Amino acid sequence: MGTFQIDFGAEDASKIVGIDLGTTNSLVAAMDLTGPRILGPIVPSIVSLTAEGDFIAGEEARSLLLENPERSIYSAKRLMGRGAQDVAAEIALFPFRIAEDSEAVLKLTVGDRTLTPPEVAALVLRKLREQAEENLGSPVTQAVVTVPAYFNDAQRQATKDAGRIAGLDVLRLVNEPTAAALAYGLDKRKQGVIAVYDLGGGTFDISILKLHDGIFEVLATNGDTHLGGDDIDNLLIQIAAEDLGGVAPAPADFQKLRHAVIRAKEELSFQPSARIDVTLSDGRAYKRDLTREQFEKLILPIVDRTLGPCRAALKDAGVTVEQIDEVVLVGGSTRIPLVRSAVRNLFRAEPHTELNPDEVVALGAAVQAGILSGEVSDTLLLDVTPLSLGIETMGGVVSKLIHRNSTIPSLATEQFTTSVDGQRNVLIHVLQGERELVKDCRSLARFELKDIDPVPAGLARIEVKFTIDANGILNVSAQDLRTGKEQTVEVKPSYGLTDDQVEAMILESVEHAEDDFLARQTREARVEADHILQSVEKARQSDAWLQLPDTERTGIDLAVNQLLMAYHSDDHHVISAQTEKLNQATMTLAENMMNTAVRGALKGTKIN
Amino acid sequence: MEYFAALGLEPALHLNLADLEQRFYKASRELHPDRFARAPVDEQKRALDRSSILNTAYRTLREPVSRAEYLLRQSGVASKDLPPGFLEEAFELNEAVENGGDAEREKLRGMLEEIDTRLASQFQAWDESRGAEVLQEIRRTLNQRRYIENLVNGHLPD
Repeated sequence: MGTFQIDFGAEDASKIVGIDLGTTNSLVAAMDLTGPRILGPIVPSIVSLTAEGDFIAGEEARSLLLENPERSIYSAKRLMGRGAQDVAAEIALFPFRIAEDSEAVLKLTVGDRTLTPPEVAALVLRKLREQAEENLGSPVTQAVVTVPAYFNDAQRQATKDAGRIAGLDVLRLVNEPTAAALAYGLDKRKQGVIAVYDLGGGTFDISILKLHDGIFEVLATNGDTHLGGDDIDNLLIQIAAEDLGGVAPAPADFQKLRHAVIRAKEELSFQPSARIDVTLSDGRAYKRDLTREQFEKLILPIVDRTLGPCRAALKDAGVTVEQIDEVVLVGGSTRIPLVRSAVRNLFRAEPHTELNPDEVVALGAAVQAGILSGEVSDTLLLDVTPLSLGIETMGGVVSKLIHRNSTIPSLATEQFTTSVDGQRNVLIHVLQGERELVKDCRSLARFELKDIDPVPAGLARIEVKFTIDANGILNVSAQDLRTGKEQTVEVKPSYGLTDDQVEAMILESVEHAEDDFLARQTREARVEADHILQSVEKARQSDAWLQLPDTERTGIDLAVNQLLMAYHSDDHHVISAQTEKLNQATMTLAENMMNTAVRGALKGTKIN
Repeated sequence: MEYFAALGLEPALHLNLADLEQRFYKASRELHPDRFARAPVDEQKRALDRSSILNTAYRTLREPVSRAEYLLRQSGVASKDLPPGFLEEAFELNEAVENGGDAEREKLRGMLEEIDTRLASQFQAWDESRGAEVLQEIRRTLNQRRYIENLVNGHLPD
């Protein structure tokens, strides 16, 4: 047994982990001496409410999804940072119900409880965090989390909120395709222009990057946050429902069908045909054979939807197809042969698939974590904001302040004044999107400049600074240019949780998470104690024990008693300290036993 | 001028783009917030400010037109004048575009190319002389350029 260390400086030394928080599956990774490494198995992004009233996430939740679909949530990433009205059409395809009081914040009904999408994500993050802690053997408090490149401000904010609720300080949000590029480019020191095509379970991203001496400069990004493998599944389920008489299947049957069509979809990537074979709860059997040809004809419109964003990204990047040196595929849906051939045809290049498309984003997130911690030097990521940022002006028109595909962090300043004598407040409406009119863009937030010095109309000079940080998240500050004083800005987010709501959720869950971690460390300390106690009991039967002087034997008995007394303590430090004492007390004994064993072994060789 | 200074340059209208890119990468390595992830909060904030100015500066200076617009704005040159004689031509162009089609647009594109050549020599003239009158000339050429660009894109100028 090694010596036990209590590291009170753990805050600085602890690993920053990289997390791929996916629509279907999630993964955690971290840097070690040789490079990024996946920590533990894939965690399905599914949350279930057990019969005992506990929320569980991951593989266990997945098995409950089939038995108890009304108490489970999956693909919640598609609902992150969105309003209830916003998702009505989409949610019709999922067996979830929206809770009654969802006007301000979208809530999902799970059994007799409700959860917001960030809370669902937080449960998955907590699972990943525990897995990472078990794997690394130390607490994990800081993370880099990946998001689709085309996520807007509200979706990014919701992801950060999820991290906070899970007790993780999210040091950086990284765009998924960029993370994939980092994972690919790390050891190869590539130069040139690459395209990353990322088709996952729920989102599609395309990014064009320029690689130069360890700098990964994103030139342009585009995508669709509601396009992915889920859409293929829903299409096949719809066909099944039509075959079954056009009645929406019961939740349990829906899950059975979903399970079966996903399997068929996956098989068709490797085989020319697949069979969907489901026995429904009323005893009816649903069977359908699907050839790859039929499948490809069905999904062609979905695959085609990815091509428009690709062309737009090329145009924004100012590069032609011929200038693309390499293409990287990311996301489980890029295993589909039709997707691969569409990419090949568009970019006229054979796409890279050396790294597992399910793992590459998490590996890249770990590399970014290494950049932040200083473990990885010489590599730097320069990413862009996917959507233009603007403010509402007269007549419901959007005036753009920061254009899409601007390198982040980025800033813009704008001066505001008052229109009425003595006016104290100015309201600024911030929007994201490419369209000209407010109604066609996405409302991010309303910022209220408060307590402006009362002066005649038009005389006030308030300079407002809009900053998009390296996470792609907007920050607003304001200054009264006449007085030079910092101006109060009150934020009213259009979607998502307020700070107070997040705080309340953190209080609920973080303490639990810490309790859980301590409980696990205590369990582990007891396992070690068991181990040495058993060894000592066994040693009492050996010749080596008899050869020990009395003082040694008394010392060992004392240490055994002390360890037994500490054994039921809740403090793992106490248990471990006593285990170590017993370890020290048994040094001579262990040496004697070793010598006896060696002598025995030597004797053995001679005989043979 | 802050944007030129951010990249360690004296104000100029002609820039070597390869050199500009190298300067941008070098400064990014030093200033990017990634380098300050575990630094005190005020240092993080300073990195955020400086690197967002750097990014905006690079984006502005990379394109000749936005570079010139920035330099003119900083120099307080803000007239809306067009080159002498262009206004009469503009009325004809307006009508031709309204009635005509692709052939007219093609002609406009040719004019844009001609303007860009003229801008390049005006840029050189300013870099050599730093004369205030050259800046006024450049202002008028840029106004004309925007006018024609709007016509090409199908927006009628105000």
